[in-house]
Amino acid sequence: MRVAADALSTTFFALADPTRRAILSRLADGPATVKELSAPFAMSGPAVSKHLRVLEHAGLIQRGREAQWRPRSLDAAPLKDVVAWAAEFRRFWDASYARLDTYLDRLQQRETRHARHR
Amino acid sequence: MHGTGRTGVTSYATPTDREVVVTRVVNASRSLVFETFTDPRHIQQWMIGPEGWTMPVCEMDLRPGGAWRYVYRKADGSEMTLTGRCLEIAAPERFVATESWGPEWPESINTLVLTEHAGQTTITMTLTYPSREARDAALKTGMKEGMDQGFARLDEMLKTLV
Repeated sequence: MRVAADALSTTFFALADPTRRAILSRLADGPATVKELSAPFAMSGPAVSKHLRVLEHAGLIQRGREAQWRPRSLDAAPLKDVVAWAAEFRRFWDASYARLDTYLDRLQQRETRHARHR
Repeated sequence: MHGTGRTGVTSYATPTDREVVVTRVVNASRSLVFETFTDPRHIQQWMIGPEGWTMPVCEMDLRPGGAWRYVYRKADGSEMTLTGRCLEIAAPERFVATESWGPEWPESINTLVLTEHAGQTTITMTLTYPSREARDAALKTGMKEGMDQGFARLDEMLKTLV
């Protein structure tokens, strides 16, 4: 279950903050400028910029180069690694529990047989 | 006769920032289910993840403070070792133990609660990542805390992203 721990750590750290998640959710709708991204939050421009830097460092957002106001856009690729990891946790338990169902049936049939022979 | 709880489906939830809860209903008494979670002879038969995984080593010293160790081997030959310590054993309803994936990972406390109704047992497994210090440490190494956060938000986010 250990996959690319360092890159994942960076992604997880970036996702661990509600403001940053809100920014990502907003960017999922399309690119936005820093001013647009700051609008829903009661915080200073520099504070929002700091969050944006964390997200950029994690490779979750990209900065447009063409326009003067450099809109930010979402890069979902690192999120897919996170999902792959969480999916592996689920895969582990889904598979194990499916096996437990069969195993319990077998154990109980054996018990019933023994009880009949007694 | 078995009750009407929905079997064959595992559900996952994140009720708090520090917890992941995994729930499953099975058609068996909770005393039998308790054994399958605590007796190595049983554990090795089912708690082995996806196809191709095996558990060549399974040790469980089932008493408060007793150590446990599972070694998993994947199809590609790579191995993964999980270790921990039993904290509370109250057969057939409750089993609490720590779980560690190695020094670089934060330790979780796993609580197994079994409730029985009409021949069915509901298995509720809660993984708790302790205290703020531990959480901060978890944030540094990432994985486990991230998993919580990930579960809490990812399904929602993925609808728009993938």
